[in-house]
Formats: sequence, structure tokens, C-alpha cells
Amino acid sequence: MALDSSKTTGFKYVGTRPNRPDGLDKVTGRAKFGADATAPGMLFAAIKRSPHAHAKIVKIDASKALAMEGVKAVVTRADFAEGLTGEDWNILENVMAGDTALYDGHAVAAVAATSALIAKDAIKAIEVEYQILPHVTDVDKAIEPDAPVIRAGAADASVPEGLHPNVVRYYESGHGDVEAGFAEADLVIEEHFTTEATHQGYIEPHACLGTLGGDGKGELWCCTQGHWNVQKVCAALLGLETSQLRVTASEIGGGFGGKTTVFIEPVALALSRKANRPVKLVMTRSEVFRASGPTSSTSMNVKIGMKKDGTITAAQGIFRLQGGAFPGAPCDMTAMCAFAPYNLKNVHQVGYDVITNRPKQAAYRAPGSPMAAFAVESVMDELCNQLGLDPIEVRLKNASHEGTTANFGITWPRIGLVETLEAAKAHPHYAAPLKPGQGRGISCGFWFNHGGETSVSLAMSEDGSAQIMVGTPDIGGSRASMALMAAEVLGIPYENIRCTIADTSSLGYNEISHGSRVTYASGLATIKAAEAAVEELCRRAAAKWDIPAEAVYWEDGYAKPSGPNAGDHEPLHITELTADMGATGGPINGHFEATPEGAGVSFATHIVDAEVDPETGATKVVRYTVVQDAGKAIHPTYVEGQFQGGAAQGIGWALNEEYIYGEDGRLQNAGFLDYRIPVASDLPFIDTVIVEVPNPGHPFGVRGVGETSICPPLAAIANAVSNAVGVRMRQLPMRPARVLEALESKNG
Amino acid sequence: MSKTHVTTKVNGDEVEFLCDPRETLLDVLRDRLGLTGAKEGCGTGDCGACSVTVDGRLVCSCLMLGVEAEGKEIGTVEGIAQGETLHPLQKKFIEYAALQCGICTPGILIAAKSLLEKNPAPTETEVRYWLAGNLCRCTGYDKIIRAVMDTAAEMREAS
Ligand code: FES
Ligand code: FES
Repeated sequence: MALDSSKTTGFKYVGTRPNRPDGLDKVTGRAKFGADATAPGMLFAAIKRSPHAHAKIVKIDASKALAMEGVKAVVTRADFAEGLTGEDWNILENVMAGDTALYDGHAVAAVAATSALIAKDAIKAIEVEYQILPHVTDVDKAIEPDAPVIRAGAADASVPEGLHPNVVRYYESGHGDVEAGFAEADLVIEEHFTTEATHQGYIEPHACLGTLGGDGKGELWCCTQGHWNVQKVCAALLGLETSQLRVTASEIGGGFGGKTTVFIEPVALALSRKANRPVKLVMTRSEVFRASGPTSSTSMNVKIGMKKDGTITAAQGIFRLQGGAFPGAPCDMTAMCAFAPYNLKNVHQVGYDVITNRPKQAAYRAPGSPMAAFAVESVMDELCNQLGLDPIEVRLKNASHEGTTANFGITWPRIGLVETLEAAKAHPHYAAPLKPGQGRGISCGFWFNHGGETSVSLAMSEDGSAQIMVGTPDIGGSRASMALMAAEVLGIPYENIRCTIADTSSLGYNEISHGSRVTYASGLATIKAAEAAVEELCRRAAAKWDIPAEAVYWEDGYAKPSGPNAGDHEPLHITELTADMGATGGPINGHFEATPEGAGVSFATHIVDAEVDPETGATKVVRYTVVQDAGKAIHPTYVEGQFQGGAAQGIGWALNEEYIYGEDGRLQNAGFLDYRIPVASDLPFIDTVIVEVPNPGHPFGVRGVGETSICPPLAAIANAVSNAVGVRMRQLPMRPARVLEALESKNG
Repeated sequence: MSKTHVTTKVNGDEVEFLCDPRETLLDVLRDRLGLTGAKEGCGTGDCGACSVTVDGRLVCSCLMLGVEAEGKEIGTVEGIAQGETLHPLQKKFIEYAALQCGICTPGILIAAKSLLEKNPAPTETEVRYWLAGNLCRCTGYDKIIRAVMDTAAEMREAS
């Protein structure tokens, strides 16, 4: 009998707020992050980077560096595998330039030396001869007819004929007849919007410690969101057998999507192979900005038609995303997320993936969705303003719900958008009066969420405690959530469970911690693994009682006979079953591996009040409320934390953060002083409302929560600022100079 | 390059080390003394992850040279707890979930502790401005500010 512990109410552990298991380590400085590891005989590495946006590499002369005391190895592209194709080739090109440097900061060589200071000096001694090529860093300029071609032949089959070769992917979808829809509207608004590239801004720079011998066996310690992916990619880039490289994920100091790929790990391994010693490689902050993945910048056109009563008649969007010198900007996801909140008869969306001379974009929390929401929700706000309609009522009137057809074709299952809108409408924030100079903004947001390949293993100890091995790095408290879910199934206290992030040699394959998948997919696998252990525990009890296993059920940590026919037996506690497990059939474990596909999508509605200083143009967010569907909050405090963190990152993106490139194609603000992320004094407390519309695809109803929280803020804040100054803000970030310009344009 | 001999105190213990005059105090703590609690988030004084105290004063250890530690008393996150007993701030940070990834936590604890030593009754605004030099990218600061305010209230009651 397969045990099924599915439920959405009546929880004992799930939904409580215990202390996280790694809390002590993290408040005492004991937790080991990427840069905190050492190894005997370890060398320190540094990377030589191109100062040019686009240049042929004519010659690299490392002889002076190699002659320096303490320098043990230099690597260039020649030290990596040849003949790679597809994304492996793209990643190798990004990790170490081939014959062309494609952006300011592109790696061209690396050094390992006996100290970090020597490695830095040696980098300066490497001489690189460049032949400078024309460059382009702006998305709209990159597709003008005379723009330099960054890489001929990079476009895939999706790109229609006649587009500039810098358009490398194309996406289109929709249904109905948008022209007919616009003709039915009482008001049609079309606007152009832009957003700048922003960085995930994790406080921990990329760091790793690699050891690789001539026997092709290696060890790698690194901060990553997905160590099996690191294993696979490094093996490919170095020509190793995948299983011979063991990768251990360190504690991770933030990722937000930016640590889903590899940048420095193959370089450390290549240096280690050459020097035959362990090599530690840590990026500086300026390298993080120049050479790890920021998000895409965008140029977008959105057109929406509405009737006087608020009914949307048609919607159309064109989304151009700049993703650096490689294909991969999430133009498809941007286009799909754009109109997801609305039930539309006529809709059409197009996405362009455009390459430029910038670093390869990486995922950033709901990749592509925040920008789409900014454009769409701004036009929605403008329509509501001009038609004199309430922004929440209009969204409710047009909201997607179970059974309606999404803009990208699927039929929505049970979703919680209406519930978030209702909760926002009922929240005191929505009715609170505004002060002069303040404006209020509303926005909805959507993210798909993801399942992905997952393995979890659970082992009982003789004393009745349990250990869980999961393969998804814990980026914000997920070990606590796993332990809570296992506790619920096993019926033992949360504290009696220890959850560990296993290395690649200790567990089966696990996809990256991305797509808000951890609590959903690793959670589901944890529940299933615990159920498998419980089934075995029931079998052991049945054997002791000499009754069929089907006649035993599990409740609150006890095996119990299922009814009078099963006989009159005293319930057996878990500890009574594990104590002698060696003699009753051997160790009691449970494991689960699958690619679960029932990740429930998540919607959110945010309310923001912003105050604009008319003298300086500076904006202050004075009140912020996040309302989001979590399906089921396993550990509500950490769910709130995800809501608040996403909102704060959105505030930075909307108001301050941007990659600034000079005419020379060089990044001008590669540091936290000039790339200003929100600090404590910039923000108010961020209020949260957890809506729970259970996801039928998870035993306890979980939906991923990590990403949706960053989808509405750009639009919500832009709407608040637009309403405060009386001018539609169509460009992000809304830095003070831009807001002043808007005010001046209004005052003539 | 010849190295300089430095004698100093870290978390109350006397230590000696040799370092290159170009090494920062943060480099020395992490790479020479094995105290990896202080983190390097930027190396330019902008993130506060490397915060330590030097003779009781809050500093970014990435902006100070190792040789300048001569004769000083350094305090790091490893020295905040008294044996098994956590400092009230440490307890509250766990209880409030004032950390998600935890990379900013050592620096924020050191900075918050030094605030409460100066000002046992800070307002929300005072806490926010005092911690404005400590970047956290995960939490939006909400739970951090609440944890510090509640610790202050509890410590006031206890004293
Ligand atoms: S590392 Fe010292 S302030 Fe960032
Ligand atoms: S908890 Fe991750 S940076 Fe603060």
C-alpha cells in the first residue's frame, strides 16, 4: 500500500516557525562560504581581463609572469577542451575568451601563485596584444542596420529572415485578432518603455577551491546554486568524465539566479591541473560586476485597448532584450509573463533576444518577468487613470482564473490571482490616505515556477532521529522547510531531523536551486522519501505483530494496527522500530527521485506609496505591501523573507540600479559605491500578506515563492511615482535627474 | 618581499603574525589567522561585511592594513558569544530570521552590537542609519531592524 500523506490542513509542524538548523553557525561566523575553504599547499589565482568591449586577441605573452618568483601556472583558452558545441561552447567562450574579447571584463588568461598578492602582480605582467573592433552595448542600437555584427551565425532557426544578425532568438505567441480588439476599445494606449541591466548583487562574490590531478579526478568546492550543473559543465570544459569530479556546494551568500552558471570554477581546475596543487579563486567585486551575469536591459512597446467599463479588448507587446555577447536573454519568458494576469480574447506578444558587447546575462529572480510587468502594468495604470477606474477593480474584472486561457496558450489550473487582488483591496494600506507629494501604485506579477530533476534520500538512525540529504543548495532557509515537511510525515519533532546538502558523489542528480523549485520539488521528494521510510517502518511493525503490512498505519510517530481485524496490539513508537532495525531487516531508509511537473504558478499584487521630493527629484518609498500566493507556507517567516527581499530588490531596480556604459564600451560603475543597492535607511518596513491557494501538484499545496516577489515592484513603484508627479515614467531607473526632467516637462 | 611582524589581540587572545605591508587587516584575519567570520563583499569599504572593532571602534577591516593592528585589540564575530552563551543579538537574529543567506550577518552583528553599546535605546531611524553601511541583499532589512530593536528593548529590561 503506497502511503499518501497529502493534506492541506491539519498540520502539526508545517506552518510553524522554528529556528533554522544552520542559525548558530551563521551568527557565530562558523558557517563556511565559498571563500572560506583552504587546502594544504593551496595556490591563489587571479584572472586577466580584457579592458576593451570588442577586440581580436592577437597575442598573449605570459613569459614575464611565469618568470616571477611564486608563479606556478598560467592558463589561456588553449588549456580547455576543444570541439564543444551549444551551451557548453558558449559557457567556455564566456569563461575564457577564444580569439576575440567580447566585452569589457572578458577573461583572457589566469595565473596561480603562492599568494594572492603575487597572483595580482603576475596578472599585470601578462602582455596581451589586441586589435580593437567596433562595439555596441545598447539593445536598440544593436539592431540598427549599421550596427557591428558581434558574432556572425549566432542566430538560431527561430529568427525570421531579414532581421539584424545580432537578433539571435525570436519568440511569438498569442490568440484572437488584436486589430479587431483595438477597434472595439474606447481607449487604446501604446507606450515605449526601457529598463537598464541590473545585477543580482549577492554580497558574496563568486569563489571556489579546485583540485584536479593528472589522473582526471577532481574535487571542487564552490558557492553555487547548483553543484551538479557545475560538475557537468566543468567536466565538459576540461574534458573530464563527469563522475570523476566531486563538487561540494559551500554555504552560499546569495545568488538570485546569478549563481546558476559557472564563471571561475573551470579556470581554477585548469590551473590546478597545470600546477598540480589546489587552487583558490575568488572574484573581486568589480569582477563580479564586469564579468558575472547581470540581467538583460530592455526596450519594450506595449499597446492595450480598454472599454469604458474596464474590459480589456486587446493587448500587444514587443519585448527586445539585450543579453550580452551570447544568446540566452529570456525574451520568451518576458513575452509569456507580460499579459499572464489577464484573461484576454485578443493578445499578441513578440520577443527578441539581442546580443551586444556586454557580459553574458544570467538569470535574475523570475528572469524577464519584472520588466514585462513594468511595461504592461504601467499601461494598465494609465488606462485606469484616463478612464477614471479603480486599478484593483479593473484587474479583478480582467483577472485570469482557473479554466481561462493564458496569453501563451495553456489553460490555467487553480491559481490565486483573484485571491491576492481581493486581499490587497481589503488591506488597510489600500484605503489609507496619501499625503501631498505622494502617489500610490498597484501592480500584479506572475511567475511560472519550476519542478526539475530531483533526488532526495532519508535515513533513520537507531535512536529514531532522521537525516535527510538534499541536493539543492540552501539559499534562504530551505533546510528548515525540508525538516518541517519530513517531521510532518514521520511524526517526529523538527529538532530530531538533520538536513544536509549532499555533494555530487553522495546523491543522485539534482537540478539547480532555481525557478523557485526547492520547497516545491525537493520538498515533494522529501515527503516521498519520508513516506517510503514510513512504509518500511510499518512493515517492520507488521512483522513484529505477524500481520500483513496493509493492516498497519502510521500516526504521529507510531505504527498502529488499522482496525479490530488487525488484532489488539500496542502501538509501536518509531524508536522501538529503529532500535533493532539491523536485526529486523537492515537499515531503514527512504529515497525518491523524479522530475516533478506540478509546480504551481504564483501570482502577486503589490501596493506601494512613494513620495517625491520636488526639489531634488529623489523618491522615497514610504509604504510597501506585498500580497502573494504561496500555496502553502511551510515556514511562514522565511516566506515573508522572500516577499520582502524581492520587493527590496525591485525597489533598487526601479529607483537606483543600472549598468552604465561609456562611449568606449566600458562599464563605468563596477562597484557598490556607484552601483547603489538599497541600504537600510532607504527602505520602510515591508508588510506581507501570505495568501494560500493550495497547489494540487504538491502533497501539502506548496507553490514556489522566491521569484514572484520581484515581478510587481518595478511597475508598482513606477505607477506610484507617476501618480505622485503626474507624468508617466517610462524609463527605469527613476533616478532623481529623470524625475526632475519629468517634473520640468509637466511644468513646461 | 619582506614581511612585518605584528603583535595584537584578537577577541581577547594575544596573537602574532607576519604579513606583507600591503595586506589588509581582513586578509590577515582570514588568510593568516584562519578567522573567516569577517567576509569580503567588496574590498572597498562599501558593504560592511568585513566589519570588526578595533579598540572598540567599528571599522571596515578591508580598509585597514594588517600592520596597523600592532598593539590594538580587535573584535570579530567569532568573539561575540561567551562560550556556549550567545549574545542577545545572535539569539534574536536566529529567532527573527534576520538572515537568509547569512553572508552579511557577521558584519551586521558587529555593527549592531557597537550601536547598542553606544545607544541602548535607538529609534528605528537610528538603527537604519547606523546599519546603512552594511549591505544585505536578501532580507530587505525588515527582520534585521526588528531583531535589533527587540534586542535593545530586551537588554534594557535586563539591565
Ligand atoms: S569588504 Fe570591507 S566594506 Fe565590503
Ligand atoms: S542575508 Fe543574504 S545578504 Fe543579508
